[in-house]
Amino acid sequence: MDLLEYQGKQLFARHDVPVPTGIHATSVEEATQGAADIGYPCVIKAQVQIGGRGKAGGIKVAKDATEAEEHAKAILGMDIRGLTVRELWIEEASDIAAEYYASIVFDRSARAPLVMLSTKGGMDIEEVAAQDPGAIARLHVDPLLGFQDFHGRRLAFEAGVDADVVRPVGVLLAKLYDAFVAEEAMLVEVNPLIVTSEREVRALDAKVTLDGNSLFRHADNAALRNPSAEDEQEQMAKERGLTYVKLDGDIGILGNGAGLVMSTLDVVAQAGGKPANFLDAGGGSKADAIVSAVEVILSDEKVKAVLFNIFGGITRCDEVARGLIEAFEQVKVDVPFVVRLDGTNDKEGRRLLAEAELPNVHVEQTMLGAAALVVALASDREDHERRDADRRAQNAGLEAPRR
Amino acid sequence: MSILVGPDTKLVVTGLTGREGSFHAANNRRYGTHVVAGVTPGKGGQDVDGVPVFDTVHAAVDATGANTAMVFVPPRFAADSILEAQDAGIELVVAITEGIPAHDMLRVYTHLRRGSTRLIGPNCPGVLSPGKANVGIIPADFFSEGNVGVVSRSGTLTYQIGNELAQRRFGNSTIVGIGGDPIVGSSFIDVIPLFERDEQTELVVMCGEIGGDEEERTADYIAEHVSKPVVGYIAGFTAPPGKTMGHAGAIVSGSKGTAAAKAEALEGRGVRVGRTPTEVSELAAEILGRIPA
Repeated sequence: MDLLEYQGKQLFARHDVPVPTGIHATSVEEATQGAADIGYPCVIKAQVQIGGRGKAGGIKVAKDATEAEEHAKAILGMDIRGLTVRELWIEEASDIAAEYYASIVFDRSARAPLVMLSTKGGMDIEEVAAQDPGAIARLHVDPLLGFQDFHGRRLAFEAGVDADVVRPVGVLLAKLYDAFVAEEAMLVEVNPLIVTSEREVRALDAKVTLDGNSLFRHADNAALRNPSAEDEQEQMAKERGLTYVKLDGDIGILGNGAGLVMSTLDVVAQAGGKPANFLDAGGGSKADAIVSAVEVILSDEKVKAVLFNIFGGITRCDEVARGLIEAFEQVKVDVPFVVRLDGTNDKEGRRLLAEAELPNVHVEQTMLGAAALVVALASDREDHERRDADRRAQNAGLEAPRR
Repeated sequence: MSILVGPDTKLVVTGLTGREGSFHAANNRRYGTHVVAGVTPGKGGQDVDGVPVFDTVHAAVDATGANTAMVFVPPRFAADSILEAQDAGIELVVAITEGIPAHDMLRVYTHLRRGSTRLIGPNCPGVLSPGKANVGIIPADFFSEGNVGVVSRSGTLTYQIGNELAQRRFGNSTIVGIGGDPIVGSSFIDVIPLFERDEQTELVVMCGEIGGDEEERTADYIAEHVSKPVVGYIAGFTAPPGKTMGHAGAIVSGSKGTAAAKAEALEGRGVRVGRTPTEVSELAAEILGRIPA
């Protein structure tokens, strides 16, 4: 789960990581009131999860109340690379003497937290890493030992921070590590980490990714919302307990198990099609989950055909077939479906589908055959009735047992 | 021989009295796995279909000599359950549980690596040695004994590939689901050497997916240390960056962890990579020779 800047800063503040004072606003009135409370100059910052906010005009300094109102009006509702700005963060302006970079990432490759510090802050760190890898000091922390004072000193000296801030930078890193562990983050990034002209060290930005699996013990984090980022279908799927990712094609996909669904997307793409989504109906999918899944897939208006690719293990193919039959009773379906059922109770599932005689539902025997057919159906909707007839004739002669 | 689980496996199931735990433990037992004990705190002294239940893993090990644990408890208790099994001297822990917090696994992984207990999973379908033992939720009926070892980050995709192999009449020595989380107890590099040493295994299929750099590291390892043929498969060529594809570990971050990079790394080190599950079995047939009907 990715947090917005202000959510990240509030999380930092809970762990005594120094951040500028700020106020959250969702309207021009709240923003102008917030600016008055903070005092001038202050900064009006768009809260969307995307880089390049400043260049897009989403971050502006206000010298007085008139400017604060102007900027708030301009930024609220602004579109930044496809995301609509619905929230603002009003913050005291900082007097910047130096810009550093600090982050802690959950390094799955090393199976340890990786702490990074650089004096080349304020720019894209991947670019710094590519052009001048020596400019980033790195250190892995033993998760059973935790962050020690010497870690902070080593990073600060190796990165070459100004001598007078070695200690405060080390302290900030230790607190950042506390936040990383206590909040169960996968990433905490501060870019820039600034030194003010009064030689104070502060996090001027905050990028935080939390582990979704840990939210059961962080009720406050679980309640955080990002109204700009949530796609309609993804929201609907989440409410129904389905694992759904929206893609930009026109072939709806449902499968069981993340790996098999990914593989199905690939095979459809290889057959020349464009998947509209990733949907993992999960292990042991029952009929009602299938009904929900069909609703979510079809709520995307771009979908021209749907592929079900099921290899039953815990999931029983007869349950999937029942779910599909129920879905056709409850949901208006006007696109063709291709269904491939294999594994646990596959014969029973295929028998149920054959008996139900659902309109425009094609049963295919193999994953490759199913992918080829759904691509043909999506690209050639007018022609589908004829194909349907052909398929039925073909399938009738193809019922030989395979195991 | 097969690897990890077999006739010598003596299995203790944590979470045996739960709905999923009892169902799958019964399946494993029917398959012939020696399920010797269950553990549910507070239910010691009871039994589930004749399998004795203990309050602690230590008590179960003392009474039954269990050497393998299958963890079926909910995510919030799973790390503790793995650590308890390790502390009780269990040699192999197979964690089926999905959704264990990543920071829990960081501590568990680091601790287990300092001892001798091997962990498979979490968020995995388990380990099946066809004809010998099944520990987990893999539908064993689809697989028969044979010479192809399979190691995979995904469950159902493994069934798909196993089925493709079965249609060409190949069986399996052992099928190992290592799990789809960012941190799993055993990676490809931990499992492939076991297949390399296993007499029954003549070819290894490794089934990867987007996220992390395990496949890339494995490519180097194979080139340097593995003499048996390895066929690869990678899922997620069409996955967009920044989106988690179902498995907590399956995410392309920036330009890292893409399927194309993984396939390229494997092929660059001489591992042939099937572009579809069907192609994987075709490559296996090409390497091992076709088995006539």
